[in-house]
Amino acid sequence: MEIAVVDYKGGNVQSVLFALERLGAVATLTSDPEILRKADKVLFPGEGEAASAMAALRAAGLDQVLPTLTQPFLGICLGMQLLGVHSEENDTPMLGLLPFRVKRFAPDAQHKVPHMGWNNLQSLQGPLFTGLSAADHVYFVHSYYAPVGPYTIAEAAHPGAFSAAVQHHNFYGVQFHTEKSGAAGTRILANFLAL
Amino acid sequence: MVKKRLIPCLDVRDGRTVKGIQFEGLRDAGDPVALAARYAREGADELVFLDITATNQRRQPLTDLVRDVARVLDIPFTVGGGISTVADVEALLLSGADKVSINSAALARPAFVAELARRFGSQCIVVAVDARLVGAEWQVMTRAGTVATGRQAVAWCCEAADLGAGELLLTSMSHDGTKAGFALDLTRAVSDAVPVPVIASGGAGQPADFTAVFQVGGADAALAASIFHFNETSLSVLKHYLHQAGIPIRL
Repeated sequence: MEIAVVDYKGGNVQSVLFALERLGAVATLTSDPEILRKADKVLFPGEGEAASAMAALRAAGLDQVLPTLTQPFLGICLGMQLLGVHSEENDTPMLGLLPFRVKRFAPDAQHKVPHMGWNNLQSLQGPLFTGLSAADHVYFVHSYYAPVGPYTIAEAAHPGAFSAAVQHHNFYGVQFHTEKSGAAGTRILANFLAL
Repeated sequence: MVKKRLIPCLDVRDGRTVKGIQFEGLRDAGDPVALAARYAREGADELVFLDITATNQRRQPLTDLVRDVARVLDIPFTVGGGISTVADVEALLLSGADKVSINSAALARPAFVAELARRFGSQCIVVAVDARLVGAEWQVMTRAGTVATGRQAVAWCCEAADLGAGELLLTSMSHDGTKAGFALDLTRAVSDAVPVPVIASGGAGQPADFTAVFQVGGADAALAASIFHFNETSLSVLKHYLHQAGIPIRL
């Protein structure tokens, strides 16, 4: 199986590569459209700030390539948010593959921002979550979130419900870090590779 | 809901794990990669590595260690100790660190925190604050706790969060190594004052200390070293204890 990890100088890709390695998978880190098109699976990690991530994608021409991909595609953290239409983070237009608009959490005394740490998943749907239940925890670190909508395939709460995972056709996204979520994250990553 | 985190801290010097008592008289506690893997298996929610190597040849050994740890570890980890340039931070993040912790460099030049947050995102920038009780006031110390800054702890924590720190690692030097419990008043005051998560550190001695730092101190996470390194309290036993006490914990 050919696995491509999108390289756009915009995230901690090393952790994702190591997580794939622990699953016995070999991945190619690339921004080459041909390699991306031919891969069996594409992973799209993201961290940092939305506007600079979109600028980096445009600079690499990937804003045109990614929406045309047809194989299973997994956006992680900011990589998930970039699949939406727009982010409140510096008023950024994004890839528009899914119809959500990314908003900022409002902190209160009990709910710090960033939403940082282990939270449980609810309303799990689809093959990405085979073998998982609402008792499983995954690791989040983010200040912005995608609201719940028809595209939501898992929810978490902080304190209101938000999209922990989304899907439209072959495009999957997870707000949490599969590569840093212990056994639960490893299972989700393995489920993605098995799609 | 998001759970309270337990974070073993590994002080690393020349590639080995050590833990000081009030920053002096270091004891050797083992191989950091082996310790990291063991903690992850036992249920650690995150790990922190603090490099206390006192030489200028620190960057390469530290990035090598970070890479070795990242290869085996499937939970997040933070690296700190002597980080003073954008290049230091970039090297550590590219090697697989999830977050970096900045201390003296932030005090020397607060704009450094804002630069790092803009470049790498607040989510990976932790500002570590070492506080010491002087009279009735918590004062911020720098250079491994050896030099007073004249800053007041709560005010500096608020400033660090405003500058873009995504999390604060708050150590009471007056409690560190004493095993007499965390600094509850300091932790509460900082937690109430900042919008970002607060990791309480210094003074963990028994399970009830953790209940107190979450319930009374309002901490989002608690960091400890010797209590875990020397098998005084296992993480899994501690997590079940906290769960029974009504603290939201990942089991």
